Amino acid sequence: MKSSVIVFPGSNCDRDIAVALEKMQFKNQMVWHKETKLPKSDLIVVPGGFSYGDYLRSGAIAGKSLIIDEVIKAAKSGCLILGICNGFQILTETGLLKGTLLRNKNLKFINKDVFIKVINNETRFSKKYKKDQILKINIAHNEGNFFTDHNHLNELKDKNLIAFKYSDEKGNVSENSNPNGSLENIAGIYNANKNILGMMPHPERMVDEIISNKDGINLFSSLLN
Amino acid sequence: MKFSVTVTLKKDVLDPQGKVVQNTLINMGMSDLKSIRQGKHFEIDVSENDQTVAEKKIDEMCRKLLVNLIIEDYKINKI
Repeated sequence: MKSSVIVFPGSNCDRDIAVALEKMQFKNQMVWHKETKLPKSDLIVVPGGFSYGDYLRSGAIAGKSLIIDEVIKAAKSGCLILGICNGFQILTETGLLKGTLLRNKNLKFINKDVFIKVINNETRFSKKYKKDQILKINIAHNEGNFFTDHNHLNELKDKNLIAFKYSDEKGNVSENSNPNGSLENIAGIYNANKNILGMMPHPERMVDEIISNKDGINLFSSLLN
Repeated sequence: MKFSVTVTLKKDVLDPQGKVVQNTLINMGMSDLKSIRQGKHFEIDVSENDQTVAEKKIDEMCRKLLVNLIIEDYKINKI
């Protein structure tokens, strides 16, 4: 399976995701944001970081870069797109995913391992997980507070487009288990066709017992099948 | 021709920064304070001389990049 990781000035999780993809036997290429052509890819990853120093709004400037037109074209033709953290913010700025990420409710940058619950385990990204499985995954962001309008929230629920929700270790989804103020504890969403996933937690940091755990592995192995 | 653009969070979007600034001012003794919403301000100079056309261009800049229409409102003023 061929993957491309888009690199912007200020991306800082691009190498991590590349290592995770290569570990999972993806044939990966890094693509600089000034490129105007994408290599043939089954999966495009928009990685985490601080593209353009979060100037204007997180992801706003990267969302207008040259390569993004190609990412949008690929997304519309059904290519799998994964946006992690700043990548999720960028995807909302391009309009590929609806909604937006506001500043964390407590105004603090949060870097810690949190629990998330798999809400939809029937997509190309999640089929190796069990429904309601609890994962322990790192978050590291200042703007992760998911917000959207009423119509979109209803669409997310009705069409089963919520990928993950923040929960506690036992899977309870409540205000206490909501690290950043996200609407209904939402940690990740799909587009209507479910070929695009945006998520604030970092699955690429959870692929090796030596440094963390392996809770992120099944996201990548789901994609391989 | 110069314009200013003021971008603010929509009324029903939580503004934690504004809230913190508000609480701080109240703690400093500014008890008359009812509410504060924090926003952004842009000053934009365009070469267009026709005000209507220029405003249209500024509006396009707002919608395409400067403003996130899901959460923000904006006002354009000639300066």
